[in-house]
Amino acid sequence: MTARIGVVTFPGTLDDRDTQRAVRVAGAEPVPLWHRDKDLHQVDAVVLPGGFSYGDYLRAGAISRFSPVMESIIAGAKDGLPVLGICNGFQVLTETHLLPGAMLRNNHLHFICRDQKLRVENNSTSWTADYEQGQEISIPLKNIDGRYVADERVLDELEAEGRVVFRYADWNPNGSLRDIAGITNAAGNVVGLMPHPEHAVESLIGTGRTDGLGFFTSILKKLVHAS
Amino acid sequence: MARVVVDVMLKPEILDPQGQAVQRALPRLGFEGIADVRQGKRFELELEGPVDDAALARIREMAETFLANTVIEDFTVKVES
Repeated sequence: MTARIGVVTFPGTLDDRDTQRAVRVAGAEPVPLWHRDKDLHQVDAVVLPGGFSYGDYLRAGAISRFSPVMESIIAGAKDGLPVLGICNGFQVLTETHLLPGAMLRNNHLHFICRDQKLRVENNSTSWTADYEQGQEISIPLKNIDGRYVADERVLDELEAEGRVVFRYADWNPNGSLRDIAGITNAAGNVVGLMPHPEHAVESLIGTGRTDGLGFFTSILKKLVHAS
Repeated sequence: MARVVVDVMLKPEILDPQGQAVQRALPRLGFEGIADVRQGKRFELELEGPVDDAALARIREMAETFLANTVIEDFTVKVES
């Protein structure tokens, strides 16, 4: 028995197929979840993939946050269901307030598409256990609304509790406060980040690195170990 | 028909690069004397019924939970006759 990992598709989601593939490459079973279906089909974890759900209308993630599937995911996350939000998925997670802060337009106003170096600052979450603490990884970054903001009190709290999971290394690509690329909730089951691990799981494509695969092997090991 | 306008603005402490880009373009276009520009969103809501306290309370709730993200934005609700 392997783990079943749900991958949500909203209207405007782009990276659901790559995410399903990444789940499969890691050895787990991807389960497509549809935004209008409240049923999570007994999945063991959920990934909210990247894209432009609902055209980013109003604010990125603001409309998806109220979709039927999110009701179940929000309730599940509060009960410990592991949830990973990538890019637009991270934006959805901040809009639901499962993760603190918000995402705004990049400070230089340009869409960015590049390989980005990150430092893993917390390898004790459900999604990062296969990385070394302080390990540097390089995975694609592609967005225009990637500037992470939160007030000073929240930022200090995140730092004090070790909830900054990823920081941009060498270069801050969008003006994110304190170089934050990804964070987790207090329990460590919900993680969001802007860069795209699902695009870096096979040596054949991209940079030839598989630095993103660890997200998916981490959660698989955790779920299989737990069952 | 009654109209209620909700204006949503980024909080003052939040950097607004779009507003800055507009402001920087102004002198080039011959518009002088503008010290700062902040860009926001305006929602015009046409009500089916009267604008009473109950309707305004629901609109404030709508603005708080949906139209604005109060982590980064402030909003105002105004009734237009």
